[in-house]
Amino acid sequence: MGTYQHVRFAYRTAPEVGGAPLRRPVAVVGAGPVGLAAAIDLALHGVPSVVLDDNDSVSVGSRAICWSKRTLEIFDRLGVADRMLAKGVTWRIGRVFHRDRELYCFDLLPEGGHKMPAFINLQQYYVEQYLVERALEFPQLIDLRWKHRVAALRPAAGGAALEVDTPDGRYAVQADWVLAADGARSTLRGLLGLPFEGHTFEEKFLIADVQIGADFPSDRRFWFEPVFGQGQSVLIHRQPDNIFRIDFQLGPDADADLEMQPERVMRRVRGVVGPDVPCELDWCSVYSFRCARLDRFVHGRVVFVGDSAHVVSPFGARGGNGGIQDVDNVCWKLAQVLAGRAPERLLESYDAERVHGADENIRNSRRTTAFMTPKTGTEKLFRDGVLALAHDYPFARLLVNSGRLSRPCSLEGLPGFEGDGADLDGPMRPGMPCLDAPVTGGDGAPDWLLRHLGGHFTVLSFAGDIGSLQRLESGLAGAAPDGVQMLAVTPQLLPGGTLQQLVDAEGLVRSRYGGADGVTYLIRPDQHVTARWARPEAAAVGRAWRRSLGEQP
Amino acid sequence: MNASAPSGLRRDDGFGGRGDDFYELLMRAHEGLDEARSAALNARCLLLLANQVGDIEVIRQALDAARASLAPPAQ
Ligand SMILES: Cc1cc2nc3c(=O)[nH]c(=O)nc-3n(C[C@H](O)[C@H](O)[C@H](O)COP(=O)(O)OP(=O)(O)OC[C@H]3O[C@@H](n4cnc5c(N)ncnc54)[C@H](O)[C@@H]3O)c2cc1C
Repeated sequence: MGTYQHVRFAYRTAPEVGGAPLRRPVAVVGAGPVGLAAAIDLALHGVPSVVLDDNDSVSVGSRAICWSKRTLEIFDRLGVADRMLAKGVTWRIGRVFHRDRELYCFDLLPEGGHKMPAFINLQQYYVEQYLVERALEFPQLIDLRWKHRVAALRPAAGGAALEVDTPDGRYAVQADWVLAADGARSTLRGLLGLPFEGHTFEEKFLIADVQIGADFPSDRRFWFEPVFGQGQSVLIHRQPDNIFRIDFQLGPDADADLEMQPERVMRRVRGVVGPDVPCELDWCSVYSFRCARLDRFVHGRVVFVGDSAHVVSPFGARGGNGGIQDVDNVCWKLAQVLAGRAPERLLESYDAERVHGADENIRNSRRTTAFMTPKTGTEKLFRDGVLALAHDYPFARLLVNSGRLSRPCSLEGLPGFEGDGADLDGPMRPGMPCLDAPVTGGDGAPDWLLRHLGGHFTVLSFAGDIGSLQRLESGLAGAAPDGVQMLAVTPQLLPGGTLQQLVDAEGLVRSRYGGADGVTYLIRPDQHVTARWARPEAAAVGRAWRRSLGEQP
Repeated sequence: MNASAPSGLRRDDGFGGRGDDFYELLMRAHEGLDEARSAALNARCLLLLANQVGDIEVIRQALDAARASLAPPAQ
């Protein structure tokens, strides 16, 4: 079963078997989407890593399918988004039904002027394949090792030692840092004896990928108490290759073996797609879900990222998307620490920021599950009440919860982000991930703001005319230390300026960033606003930059 | 508008002297309904009114007050 041709990646004997250990600045354990993305991000920062995976192929069966705008923006920085966009199914509309009536639809990106769509659907195996192929473009920096299973871990001063099992025997790896990207059943979590606490939902779901020979819409469609088939809810997503993901909510008592019988699955599928449409089962599985996270994500020199650190139910597509935001958050920090430009303490901000992100994802996922599975008669009364009112009362639509789809996580209010000064407006408060907008570079070619912001610190200033540009240039002289780029957003190319200009011909950068003349942002390598000023001073910019690097004021 | 402190649950008359009218309306709304339908009506009415109030803090206080007013379960 399955239309995707799984390639086996070549296993290679480790030269270290029976010899001296392998030394690397970073060992990434696990080549799922999170570990692969981390290795690429580190490579873009010039940090070499070894990636160890106990398997030799991409994800079998489709797991993640919905990749969010923020993930795509991060993938764009990593150099893989264009391929994913080309293959993926782009969507932004969700439609919600109750029994046989449509209650409402929602639009996840009602405005233009963004490079990335609200969502694409793309099977996890394609995502991993594209990430592997991208990783192979860094042969000097990324050492990808398939069928290398980490079996032991020993924390050591200034690093950690791993024991790796291969078909040819065991060898040792010594790394300054270990990124534990080994998934929901994390070996490293177990080796460190870390509890993974949370909540398991009793509800069972049948997940079927079906190839359909008919033109169905790309919108996300969700039914509460569908009249077709049995079951409490049904969710459909379109994927590439004419494959549709259908999730059937089976209730807590379903018998997994029985529900997986192909004839039985196809009876349910037929209920959704109709009796005559040609369709074929590509893959199916019965799941129950849990929400859990590690208490801390940083344990000495071992840093947990992705499913090893946190898991959620898939409604809301927050698992993989959350893991990619972990990568975005941690890699630049590791690179700064390894280069000696920041104290090790900087990693504490990864812990605080991504624990916050995981909690947000778990909260959303738990609330969705609660709405989908009323536990008592009273819970059912309120759920039915919300559904009954939703058609006519917009407020009630906001209470209908068929999944709160992954949104970029704001770090507002966390340590290291400066509060706003007076006379600043616009939504881009410190802690917010930057919004995209169209710009043109010096050569006049159409481009996007976010493509200029990632990977390094940026001082981004607004100037409406040459006078204000020159004031900025003299006011900010010396503000940008080595490796910090300075950019000015201008309405048209202003001759005579020395700062690099991004032309904001449509004025969207200005309106999205409240960009009055002189307004200046300091932006982190992960495209989050650190601080902003209406009237910037070089000294204040320098202080904010040092604080974002974990230096104490 | 509200006699008590902002963002606090009011304890005094909010009906402007028309409390009897409200009570009669409430009883009438349930007339002829069996318990299940009455319960459904209450739930929906609560959703509509809670949205009208809008202030989560006031709603939290109302829920706490209602819960505190329940007699403890029989031993
Ligand atoms: C049905 C379903 C639907 C989902 N839908 C979505 C969605 O739409 N959007 C979304 O964002 N997320 C979704 N998710 C979640 C998503 O699949 C996960 O969050 C994602 O796979 C996590 O990636 P990861 O790299 O952290 O872990 P994994 O993908 O689990 O990768 C871990 C890797 O580590 C390797 N490994 C494990 N132990 C060792 C060891 N000891 N030594 C070496 N290697 C090891 C494994 O072989 C594996 O390759 C869904 C999940 C499910 C189950």
